[in-house]
Amino acid sequence: MKYQSQAVAKPYFVAAIALFVAQVLFGLIMGIQYVVGDFLFPAIPFNVARMVHTNALIVWLLMGFMGAAYYLVPEEAERELHAPKLAIATFWIFLVAAALTVLGYLLVPYAKLAEMTGNDVLPTMGREFLEQPTITKIGIVLVALSFLYNLSMTFLKGRKTAISSVLLLGLWGLAIFFLFSFVNPDNLVRDKFYWWWVVHLWVEGVWELIMGAILAFVLIKVTGVDREVIDKWLYVIITLTLVTGIIGTGHHYYWIGTPGYWQVWGSVFSALEPIPFFAMTLFAFNMVNRRRRNHPNRAATLWALGTGVMAFLGAGVWGFLHTLSPVNYYTHGTQITPSHGHLAFYGAYAMVVLTMISYVWPKLNGREANGNRSQVLEMWGFWVMTISMTFIALFLTAAGILQVWLQRMGANPLPFMEVQEQLALFYWLRVIAGVAFFAGLLAYITSFFKGVEGSPEYRPLAQEASA
Amino acid sequence: MRSTFSTTTARNIFYGGALFSFLLFLALTFHTESALPQRDARALLEANPQVAVGKRVWEENNCIGCHTLLGEGAYFAPELGNVYKRRGPEFIKAWIKAQPTGTPGRRQMPQFNLTEEELDALVEFLRYASEIDTNGWPPNIEG
Repeated sequence: MKYQSQAVAKPYFVAAIALFVAQVLFGLIMGIQYVVGDFLFPAIPFNVARMVHTNALIVWLLMGFMGAAYYLVPEEAERELHAPKLAIATFWIFLVAAALTVLGYLLVPYAKLAEMTGNDVLPTMGREFLEQPTITKIGIVLVALSFLYNLSMTFLKGRKTAISSVLLLGLWGLAIFFLFSFVNPDNLVRDKFYWWWVVHLWVEGVWELIMGAILAFVLIKVTGVDREVIDKWLYVIITLTLVTGIIGTGHHYYWIGTPGYWQVWGSVFSALEPIPFFAMTLFAFNMVNRRRRNHPNRAATLWALGTGVMAFLGAGVWGFLHTLSPVNYYTHGTQITPSHGHLAFYGAYAMVVLTMISYVWPKLNGREANGNRSQVLEMWGFWVMTISMTFIALFLTAAGILQVWLQRMGANPLPFMEVQEQLALFYWLRVIAGVAFFAGLLAYITSFFKGVEGSPEYRPLAQEASA
Repeated sequence: MRSTFSTTTARNIFYGGALFSFLLFLALTFHTESALPQRDARALLEANPQVAVGKRVWEENNCIGCHTLLGEGAYFAPELGNVYKRRGPEFIKAWIKAQPTGTPGRRQMPQFNLTEEELDALVEFLRYASEIDTNGWPPNIEG
């Protein structure tokens, strides 16, 4: 840690991992409800568990991005953060708002929550991933403004690098597109059309800028490759991202009432969306192969390579699987969608946040890298979580193919619920993979408590030696 | 990458490419908005204030947390974009009122305690949704 104020990243990372645990626990509840329908009913109905599962994911990734940015921007700008106390205050406001929102989901019926929070004044609730009460959404905007003000001031007053420029552009984009969550026309088609301006333009647009910048930052640190080379890769990757991804939004506009030409625009451009992800994989491997030093933090290097591969598989390959409109006609709204969703979110965004935490956490605790035992445990966590998530995606893909066949393609299409009963085997296998994922998560968390133990590589971070 | 391809060039291509893509996307959006009146069943929405009320009932009970609507949402319970055509208005109301079934091991839908007016509005919303031109999706009535 070069600047004291980088330490504000710490609480963000702790909260991110705590919310990650909550996300996985509620995911397990939902996995069981898929096969034992009345599990925990009526205490936690499926829709409530799902809100907690998806909203916890969004908030922990945002916490992770924020922690990453509070560490990264001062280091790149070569100066202290503009207002460290504001960053800490913002953290607590964000955490309390998130906790209150989750308690609201769990403790009162959703309709009651809508009434209590005045949803009728500015109705924004009850749309997938944007279930937060309107006042929470306003809170998120204020938190984002405080965060962006703090980082932009730091950026403007300091050294401006490609990495910090791209990161800030991505974060500003994130905040600006979130404003579309306040757009909720009565016209269902228009509602859905602009809903994607938050959801798609986040995950297949500006979030990839954030991911690229974080990955580039960690790769510079662990490989020592010239910034010049890394910067060029970064710009090429994000050019490919936005040129394919923005018009690629069209792959959500096939069947929601929008004109038929979106099937052409959406299919062509989104079919190219795997290219930037493949470039990201090449980028990670190339830089590690051309490394100028063997960084003692091998776990961070593993995460960086892993996120490159898994983002390509989850977002790129599994996205391509059902992105062409003639295929999507059959797969739209089946288990194929969550199979892609799970692998893509884990591979791209969960793993890039964990990459950053892996690199930064030892630094925040005054050492270059964690001890051997800690790193071995962390790498166990990496492999168990990554393999488990791959199996979750494979089982859901199998369930999805069977669902498409039974419900949409066969001579005598069966009703939804009858089809679901026939998919039970794959849902059970998914639950098993989910439990394995949770075990991997526990191993990962345990690694934090091993610190410097058993470490041949441990050396205190000398004042200037960190390079 | 050859040395003639500088970081500045890469950066300029990025800003140019991103700006061009976004402007093209905006142009397509404007065209879509102008094409929607022929497709999005807005006559039903404008003629009957119950449709908008029904959309609010849909949202404030988080129906999307289990069901899909035009294929978007959760995949735990049946598609409802075409449920009006699949089941008809009376079945929909009776079904919602009868929940939860309490059948052991079966997926359970909560009891939302909707008033008769809310039920009627929700049905009108689902009728409107079923009239949207979705380019022939879903492939069959089962959704």
